Amino acid sequence: MNLNYLDFEQPIAELEAKIEELRLVGNDSDINITGEIVKLEEKSQKLTKKIYSGLTSWQTVQIARHPLRPHATDYINRVFTDFDELHGDRHFGDDKAIIGGIGRLADKPVVIIGEEKGRGVNEKVYRNFGMPKPEGYRKALRLMEMAERFKMPVVTLIDTPGAYPGIDSEERGISEAIARNLAVMSRLKTPIVCTVIGEGSSGGALAIGIGDHLSMLQYSTYFVISPEGCANIIWKTSTKAAEAAEAMGVTSTVLQELGIIDETISEPNGGAHRNIETMAASLKECLIRQVDELTEVPIDELLEKRYKRLMSYGN
Amino acid sequence: MSWLEKIRPKGPDTKTRDRTQNVPEGVWTKCPKCSAPLYRPELEKNLEVCPKCEHHLRISARRRLDIFLDKEDRQELATEVQPIDRLKFKDIKKYKDRITESQRSTGEDDALIAIKGRLKGMPVVAMAFEFSFHGGSMGYVVGERFTRAAHLALENNIPVVCFSATGGARMQEALISLMQMAKTSAVIEKLKNNGIPYISVMTDPVYGGVSASLALLGDINAAEPNARAGFAGPNIIEQTIRQKLPKGFQRAEFLLEHGAIDMIIARHKMRDTLASLLAKLTYATKSDGADATKNSI
Repeated sequence: MNLNYLDFEQPIAELEAKIEELRLVGNDSDINITGEIVKLEEKSQKLTKKIYSGLTSWQTVQIARHPLRPHATDYINRVFTDFDELHGDRHFGDDKAIIGGIGRLADKPVVIIGEEKGRGVNEKVYRNFGMPKPEGYRKALRLMEMAERFKMPVVTLIDTPGAYPGIDSEERGISEAIARNLAVMSRLKTPIVCTVIGEGSSGGALAIGIGDHLSMLQYSTYFVISPEGCANIIWKTSTKAAEAAEAMGVTSTVLQELGIIDETISEPNGGAHRNIETMAASLKECLIRQVDELTEVPIDELLEKRYKRLMSYGN
Repeated sequence: MSWLEKIRPKGPDTKTRDRTQNVPEGVWTKCPKCSAPLYRPELEKNLEVCPKCEHHLRISARRRLDIFLDKEDRQELATEVQPIDRLKFKDIKKYKDRITESQRSTGEDDALIAIKGRLKGMPVVAMAFEFSFHGGSMGYVVGERFTRAAHLALENNIPVVCFSATGGARMQEALISLMQMAKTSAVIEKLKNNGIPYISVMTDPVYGGVSASLALLGDINAAEPNARAGFAGPNIIEQTIRQKLPKGFQRAEFLLEHGAIDMIIARHKMRDTLASLLAKLTYATKSDGADATKNSI
């Protein structure tokens, strides 16, 4: 079993293995099998498309958490130029689960805030698995307030299994830190565009997720409680996570239908991790368009629209 | 399940115990903290606070507002907002049926009651969470009622008080529930920018999405003695960090110690304390400058 492929992707993995084998054979012999390889590659693309067009909610959750899925850092490096990372909340410390800084989006200076899960054991620990503590949200708030002062749009990239549930988190007021961000973002005098790039889990995601335009990458997910958590409460076992994911409606398709998000950004065939460059390019294109459009709107009008939008949730 | 529960024979034993505990039903009850037998009518008169150990028992939202507000001049708000099952959510039960069940058992439409009334003569918009209704969880109705009531307060320049008691956002409304955090936080920010006081009182328990939005955004945050409040529940934290939590963790006293709340207010003092706070907070903005607490108690 190829670990780069999820279990429902195993037919693709098998086909890919076959292609690889043929390539090796082709290199060693005089028989021309290029035609055969091309045929199989086409077949693999078709198969991928077929599998990905019928994904269940739970499968989408798995893709959103795929170990190879691009993270905030991957996008920051590809979408923005001239990025300067800025550290610390000025009160307690610097939270590595949230990366913040100033960069340029097609020349225009913007403030970038992204949740970063980290890859590989060491980096994951360093990033606290993408679970921010109060100082992370307070750093984000500090940078957003700076964006307001210097009239820079804010771009946020959401990808977290949730705010950190720990003793220190509670002691330093994780609830207040999240709540404060929600309140301030609702009236921040600069355009805010938010994109769920992987896993948008509950308050920890929302705390950098309020703005004028909310997008999701096609196979990202956004939920009020993790499917495992929901299953634990209702069925008393996390093995029912698939059912919970289905019931809650965690995919971009459902959330766009509900009017919660504005836009779904298409992913390459087989998910963002199959082609990071293509994914980053289309994310960049979307962000440029969104920021350009929103910068055109007079700020009072923008804030009124944002407020009305917030008030409309559930109506 | 503890080892004791595992080895203890089930059946008649526990049943007999339960029966003796409940007799005579409705007249006597037991303090959940100190186990003292309590005479119901006495307990009620004492605002559901154990006279022996001062433990604050949970009370219904309606009772909460009833003992908080002046008797006269009450008007319930936003009752037109009713539950909707947008996702057609179904797990082992249909969400719709869960709602009906909660409505039947509590007599309320949903988990938040909002009333425009008076506190010692001062106009106030007061809200309370009904914890018995689906764990006091916040879905569309709670968020929308909170918001409509706050907008009314905004238009009429009336302070807002909210007593929360909740497990957090309502799973069955999924992202719609999450967005109620955004909605209520935005309207509180509006109150703040218009100089309208908002006092949040946390009563046992306050967790999750409500704690991370409207409950901690007060100009003044308060809690009842010993009330538990936090973002993540103790079980989740224990599972994550794999260690025992310190005694008193997430209790009102812990919150006070760590600077999350301004004060702890005993139920008996709730009216007096909030009236005193609000009278000072609204003094400068009141057109007639009259101090309501001076002439009416």
